Amino acid sequence: MRIAKALPTLLFALLIGSCDNRSSVEQANEEGIFVVGNSNEPKGLDPHLVSGVLESNIIGALFEGLAVQDPIKDGDALPGAATSWSANEDFTVWTFKLQPEGKWSDGVPVTAHDFVFSYQRLLHPELPAKYSEMLYFIKGAEDYNKGKNPDPNSIGARAIDDHTLEITLRGPIPFLPEITKHYTWYPVPRHKVLEFGEIATPFTDWTDPGNMVSNGPFQLKSWRLTHHIEVERNPYYWDAKTVSLNGIRFLPIGNPYTESRMFLDGQLHMTYTLPPEMIPYAQEHIPNMLRQEAYVGVRFIRCNTLRKPLDSPLVRRALAIAIDQASLIDNVLQGGQLPATGITPPFGDYKPPAVVTYNPEEARQLLAKAGFPDGKGFPELKLLTNDKDSARRNAEAFQAMWKDNLNINVRIEQREWTTYLELQYTSDYDLADNGWIGDYLDPTTFLEMWSEGNGNNNTNWSSKEYEAKLHLAENTADPAERLRILAEGESILLKDIPVIPIFWYTTNYLLRPEVKGWSPLLLNNHPLKFVRLEATAEQP
Amino acid sequence: MLRIVFHRLLQTIVVVFVLVSFTFVAVRLVPGNPFVSDKALPEHLQESVYKSFGLNGTWGEQYVIWWRNVLTKGDFGPSTSLFGRSVNEIITQSFPTSLLLGLVAMTIALLIGIPSGVLAALRKNSMIDYGSMIFAMAGICIPGFVLGPLLQLWVARHSNFFNVAGWESPADILLPAITLGVGVAAYVARLTRGGMLDILSQDFIRTARAKGVPTFTILRRHALRPALLPTVTFLGPAFAAIITGSFVVETIFMVPGMGQHFVTAVTSQDYFLLQAIVLFYGLLIGGANFLVDVAQAAMNPRLRDAN
Repeated sequence: MRIAKALPTLLFALLIGSCDNRSSVEQANEEGIFVVGNSNEPKGLDPHLVSGVLESNIIGALFEGLAVQDPIKDGDALPGAATSWSANEDFTVWTFKLQPEGKWSDGVPVTAHDFVFSYQRLLHPELPAKYSEMLYFIKGAEDYNKGKNPDPNSIGARAIDDHTLEITLRGPIPFLPEITKHYTWYPVPRHKVLEFGEIATPFTDWTDPGNMVSNGPFQLKSWRLTHHIEVERNPYYWDAKTVSLNGIRFLPIGNPYTESRMFLDGQLHMTYTLPPEMIPYAQEHIPNMLRQEAYVGVRFIRCNTLRKPLDSPLVRRALAIAIDQASLIDNVLQGGQLPATGITPPFGDYKPPAVVTYNPEEARQLLAKAGFPDGKGFPELKLLTNDKDSARRNAEAFQAMWKDNLNINVRIEQREWTTYLELQYTSDYDLADNGWIGDYLDPTTFLEMWSEGNGNNNTNWSSKEYEAKLHLAENTADPAERLRILAEGESILLKDIPVIPIFWYTTNYLLRPEVKGWSPLLLNNHPLKFVRLEATAEQP
Repeated sequence: MLRIVFHRLLQTIVVVFVLVSFTFVAVRLVPGNPFVSDKALPEHLQESVYKSFGLNGTWGEQYVIWWRNVLTKGDFGPSTSLFGRSVNEIITQSFPTSLLLGLVAMTIALLIGIPSGVLAALRKNSMIDYGSMIFAMAGICIPGFVLGPLLQLWVARHSNFFNVAGWESPADILLPAITLGVGVAAYVARLTRGGMLDILSQDFIRTARAKGVPTFTILRRHALRPALLPTVTFLGPAFAAIITGSFVVETIFMVPGMGQHFVTAVTSQDYFLLQAIVLFYGLLIGGANFLVDVAQAAMNPRLRDAN
């Protein structure tokens, strides 16, 4: 009887709640809220503890580094938390003048001491920060981080006064402002971090709504687990007049198909991704909303060079050039990716050596030279990959290409994400399909990781010659000469080929036409303060 | 009756205890660790992370500490995959959503399942019978990950009333609830039909008919209650399953419920979260079964008297 009574009330509530005829984005347009798909629930919002792309999207709205990405031009830096900067002659000492009006979202001024505190925190030997290496450019940073020097003041970051920050580097870096766009270089609010714990206490509540303050164009408004994170305008932001949006709503939509359907139903301004199967549909029906843009990332296959027969560079090269990258891209990925002829994707003035191209005939000859004519006697190898469907499809393509071109058998091993990563870190694999996204626009973001002892190498390969090139580049101030040396280094890496480049990434996503101020950027690090919503007649 | 209650309660506690202990060991045996990510964590920091989560002791120590915190403070520990969140916070934020979705799905299942089962039994071997049983078979066979997207494409995309996904307006509950409920409705329909057919052929129903009692009164006063017994037996576990097994539906419709956490806790090896959810679901399923036993006793005088 009670249910019978409650039913009309429920129906009425349903009607009231749903009688608005406008779609969600139409409402959001009126409110000036940018609604975006953001893949999954972020692990956290502490810039020093997270390492993922989806977290960086939110952190990029909340915080601001010394320099800000230009909304249109890759590699250009606009004033951010710093109004200006200068370097000494050999680019080893940089001085940043901070915004005199720079404030945290609670009105407390942002000072050079906040930056020094942040760098000391990220590098603290007890803070479990995965990205501390990003600060190793600073003199003394590595030694402090690894506990070799216990004095935090040994780090080459100094507050000359409240608004002047001096950074001393371990070697010349002409592109330091470019690096400071990365969230590891953002300041964290010293007064808030210390309110909720010690400098190196991880996972405290300072990032909760109500506690968190930030120095970027937006501040945290609300956060409901697996539902949404919303940011709103930061009233104390020094450049608030440039900010057009009233807020941004990040939705953790784990299922990319649901995300596309929500976009088509008018629930989102932008998707995080677009599944390959949906690309032809989008090309046909909503070409004006489909975005396919270059993205600095590379897909590759790691070889465990301790395992036979992968210890032979001949075998590794044979495997590499037996993969028909173009066919994989056209038939499986369908996202306009580029065949990777090297590890570092092409950008700026860097000319990556083009060493890997599909050549089945040569691959067969190399394999014969390595002692396996027509694949005879070649042991069955295992190809480790993660549990995603797309990873399985790629792996099956490699498997078929190696069978067809080299007559060898490869077994696919799909593992859950954590197991998949752990097997690589412990070198318990033969071949492993993986990818890497660049953190900043310089080849070192792709080349450093293959040096000896780097936690992300995991191939058991190392080369003194290669590291000598990296070291030489690190001490070269002339930008053109530096890039040339790095290209030579990459040639050494590709000659030995401990890692097989497959393709260079693109981002494929959907974006509504009313979103303005959003241009393709190689690092996909769009400065959200320049984004606007303008009414338009176009509909999906 | 009290003896049964006590007995059942004891059984539930033992089962849940074994279940949680097994989970505790199993999740630690899986290769990998909760803190592994695509960026390598420097070796010297591994230990400090383990320490900050209290995972640096032996398994025995961790086990004892965990149970002690759960039983004395009701503290299930921190989540290792969502930084700075406690497991208690995650469960209290997400469980009400799963419960609400489960209740609506169950209501839909019963509103569809029981009437169609009764009708099918009354009109045995007619078109109504075949029709509802074909529907039931389809409901059992079509999984949520097919029905969900179909509802999104066929219903939500063509109406202003429904969103494709999300959890904003009250209407957002309907499509996921239908997706969840249809499978259960199908089982309920089949069980109700079976129970009803069994009861309708009994002597006491024939007697009632012979005395000229109208069909509806026979149904309401004599047949429905015993005929629904098998359905009620099924409902307890089904309700628990609807709440726990809604991972697929929650992901498809972006429902901020607990089913998602159950699965992501496994894939991200979130030790504390997984242990807590297993404990929670264990108690839930145990509790649901317990309630079914009580309900059965209440509905079936023979069972009640026997006790």
